[in-house]
Amino acid sequence: MRTNPLYIGRTLERIRRNWGLYVLLFPAVLLTLLFAYKPMYGVLIAFKDYSPALGIGDSPWAGFKYFEKFFHSYQFTNTIRNTLVISLYSLATFPIPIMLALLVNQMRAGRFKRLFQTVSYMPHFISTVVMVGLMLILFSPSTGLVGNMYQLFGAQAPDLMGSSALFSSVYVWSDVWQHVGWDSIIYIAALSAVDPSLYEAATVDGASRWHKVRYIDIPMLLPTAITLLILRVGGLLGVGFEKVYLMQNDLNILSSEILSTYVYKIGLLSSQYSFSSAINLFNTVINFILLILVNQLSKKYSENSLW
Amino acid sequence: MTRTPRTKRRPRVTVAEVVLYAFAVLFLIAIIYPIYFIVIASFSDPSSVANGQVWVFPKGFTLEGYRELLRHENIWIGYRNTILYTVVGTLFGLVVNISAAYALSRKDLVGRKFFSLFFIFTMFFSGGLIPTFLTIRDFHLYNTFLVMVLPFSVVVFDMIVARTFFQTSIPGDLWEAAQIDGCGNLRYFVLIVLPLSKAIIAVLGLWIAVGYWNSYFNALIYLKDPNLYPLQLILRNILITNQMQSGMGTGEAAQVALRLANLMRYSVIIIATIPIMCVYPFIQKYFNQGVMIGAVKE
Repeated sequence: MRTNPLYIGRTLERIRRNWGLYVLLFPAVLLTLLFAYKPMYGVLIAFKDYSPALGIGDSPWAGFKYFEKFFHSYQFTNTIRNTLVISLYSLATFPIPIMLALLVNQMRAGRFKRLFQTVSYMPHFISTVVMVGLMLILFSPSTGLVGNMYQLFGAQAPDLMGSSALFSSVYVWSDVWQHVGWDSIIYIAALSAVDPSLYEAATVDGASRWHKVRYIDIPMLLPTAITLLILRVGGLLGVGFEKVYLMQNDLNILSSEILSTYVYKIGLLSSQYSFSSAINLFNTVINFILLILVNQLSKKYSENSLW
Repeated sequence: MTRTPRTKRRPRVTVAEVVLYAFAVLFLIAIIYPIYFIVIASFSDPSSVANGQVWVFPKGFTLEGYRELLRHENIWIGYRNTILYTVVGTLFGLVVNISAAYALSRKDLVGRKFFSLFFIFTMFFSGGLIPTFLTIRDFHLYNTFLVMVLPFSVVVFDMIVARTFFQTSIPGDLWEAAQIDGCGNLRYFVLIVLPLSKAIIAVLGLWIAVGYWNSYFNALIYLKDPNLYPLQLILRNILITNQMQSGMGTGEAAQVALRLANLMRYSVIIIATIPIMCVYPFIQKYFNQGVMIGAVKE
């Protein structure tokens, strides 16, 4: 039936009638084609001995040479381990914004509540560069705020920015500090949608404050939380380049070299385009598999899924 | 928080409430104090700061750090560039994303599903750093003004949020009525839909603007000419890369230079962050709205 000329004619008519909508859509489609889909074709260079003179199409094939090179390099286990440590550690802080939202929800509406929210998401607007600059200044053991605090108690402050062992903790907890308020907004919004009669009914039944949190608020937040969790797990290996790269120094490099910083250094700083693309592709594929896996699991056990 | 409403029934403050508010106040302090410290440190004598004498008020008040900033030409070039990128990028980004989002929100758009997938796919899969870099170089955008605003203007997440807004807040009957009056899609969009969509325009505008104001990654990769550098890249040089550079030379002069450099670091943080901090309280209510819309995705 679909190929019925009448059907095609009607579809064309519908397109013609709404031509204006395609005009609105056009710029975004064009930009996406040029800057998102065209580079996807470029992924081919991961399988080629790319030479700029020959271009992507004419460069000779290299097969899986660059993937093998990566698997056998000493950076393989190191970067993957670091990436996993940092992302799993971040993932573990996932419930903190939820707890903050539950806390805010317990406050009486008023000036304090508003102040609390405004202040709690202020740090979100600090840029990554400034954030890392701030950390360098404040965490300096000799002249920084943290150093001074330790001195009050006559102790020597640890070098937070120059320690391999502490790198992941500094990274993760500074992130929590910066984004917890912001991340909680979405849960606060979900909680504000709770029907007040539920609370009233619970009060009549003699439920305590804690009971209400446990049996009304938390179940209310679960669908939102699971959706966000799926998204986070899907990006498990995609730990952000920006902050890690800025925080890196010679002292912490052992635990701060992650896949994305390695891709950048190999690719743009030492111009090994094919090798860098291979590492990047490896990373993307694993992300993709993780996302699909988690989505399937979630579909199976909880009815929540992204598609 | 202590001023409970003077009704007869609820002046009772429970233990749980005391704990709750005590915790909330501690949390506030943990967020605010580091920021406050930077502010007072930027006005204080750097050696007092380093010796741990600055806690609540500035000590040895000085504007030397800010004066030093004025002499730093790069900062002002960066400031100018960032303002340009932010204004142009935000306007362009709004046009591109909002109009596409509106088209996608219309149920009678033929190929709606296809176009949605076309965009969403790019959220999960991309060419990666090097292929994108090569593409941009092939288009001769490397080291140009345009590279900062053109290639990354489509933000699929923002588009989805806007699409949801249009679907839920613009009644379909409106279009039917306009159509009967002989109004075309484009006129309808500009004259009727946009005026009804101030909330989402404000939200996306601010999201995009904050993004441009704070971005440094693209500049790091795609710019070479220091005259095109945005503020964040200059900041990186001052705050992070050249940590020790001003310590060159010997004796007292070097000491003074080092102290000034330290002081300047505090001031530069302040002047780079103030614009964003000033804008957002005014648009905050829209922000919450926007996030709520985002929460009802799909």
